[in-house]
Amino acid sequence: MSAAEWQIVWFTVWVAALSTLTILPIGLALAFALARGNWPGKSIVETFITLPLVMPPVATGLILLTVLGKHGGGGWFDFRIVFTWRAVLLALSVMSLPLLVRSARTAFEEVNPRLEQIARTLGAGGWRVFFTITVPLAGRGIIGGMLLAFARALGEFGATIMVAGNIPGKTQTISLGIFENVTIGQNAQAYHLLAASVVLAFIAVWSSEFFLRRKKTA
Amino acid sequence: MNFRVMKRLVLASLLCGSLNLRAADITVFAAASLSDVLTKIGANFQAQTGINVEFNFGASSLLAQQIEAGAPADIFFSADEAQMARLENDNLTDPATRKSILANSLVVIIPNDSALQIKSANDLTNADVKQIALADPKAVPAGVYAKAWLEKMQLWPAIEPKVVPTENVRAALAAVASGNVDAGVVYKTDAAISKNVKITYEVPRADGPDISYPMALVKGSLQPDAAKKFLNYLSSKEAGQVFTQYGFLLRE
Repeated sequence: MSAAEWQIVWFTVWVAALSTLTILPIGLALAFALARGNWPGKSIVETFITLPLVMPPVATGLILLTVLGKHGGGGWFDFRIVFTWRAVLLALSVMSLPLLVRSARTAFEEVNPRLEQIARTLGAGGWRVFFTITVPLAGRGIIGGMLLAFARALGEFGATIMVAGNIPGKTQTISLGIFENVTIGQNAQAYHLLAASVVLAFIAVWSSEFFLRRKKTA
Repeated sequence: MNFRVMKRLVLASLLCGSLNLRAADITVFAAASLSDVLTKIGANFQAQTGINVEFNFGASSLLAQQIEAGAPADIFFSADEAQMARLENDNLTDPATRKSILANSLVVIIPNDSALQIKSANDLTNADVKQIALADPKAVPAGVYAKAWLEKMQLWPAIEPKVVPTENVRAALAAVASGNVDAGVVYKTDAAISKNVKITYEVPRADGPDISYPMALVKGSLQPDAAKKFLNYLSSKEAGQVFTQYGFLLRE
């Protein structure tokens, strides 16, 4: 693999990891609210979060481009979002959020609320209960969800190309690199990136399987 | 509507579909920059001959790749000689039918509401020009031409970091029209299509590369006679007038 190819692989892993960390706080908050709360509009929020999972990624990308482009909200910031790495981060975050929320939600639902109540009767506050009881008990499901979200982010294509373009060295991820190399007939480079993506996807999915399975037997 | 009626309708529509296929249909794979003008010429041709012309527009490099992969094209109409040579070397087009009838030129465009002053190639290096949309300069003809021009001006190293490569020249046009990039380099004929961009600098033909559009019959064509008819029509005076109307230059 050439230096340019390593750069693409490194950038993809870096931005996918960053997007997973970015969505973690909001993802967990949403998952917990959906698992425990019973509030008006819950099913609507749930549907909205799931939309990027079922909509064509290109359509999600177009929404982001419209919202963040110069004639949308993008004009409010003094830095540019579209066609920069920030747009890649955003596209990956939006596309992978549903996977994290769904896994974490199931994990939260499986935590026995009595354990939380007991902690509370022993004097622990809401945050303390959440971080010392709920999250550790749901931990494997949360980590599994993070790995799934990370794997989804690694392979994102449609939304990214719409809102971030395909700029070598700046916004080009493995998927976009494969696409560009094939269209211009550089098959060798495409195969190098293909190999990298297979290895990365294998690691991500295999470790998420590991965490999800361990949870069942635990 | 009951089920039986529906079934008949489906059957009837299937039959019509297969009848349509029987009429002479040709498929032309053509550069994105030709999309408006060829749609018009194709309609004129069909009105005269009854031969239906279907188009697949895209970056010539992508179309060449598709034809290499076995896509059913009858004619390839490229925006540069390199992509045509690529297919000819693979023995996929008929060299005897190859002809280059058109020329074009490059322009620098900015969004309509932009206040940028770009009056020379050198102005593209200004700090307020942050992102410049080009068709992918690695392969897509419009980008390859733009890169060749900027290399000739010895500005490419300064401009390359600002480049937002797009799938084809029309995508570069759209990126400028949406206001999401500061400027773009496209063909003069593309700039005329959009109301949301304005030409701020025309590349003198002496500065830029020779932009040439070759066309040829694809060897695997199932309708070679109809396709040759259309190739001849494209070189006719009548088609030439439409090309000129859309801003293309005819070579002699």
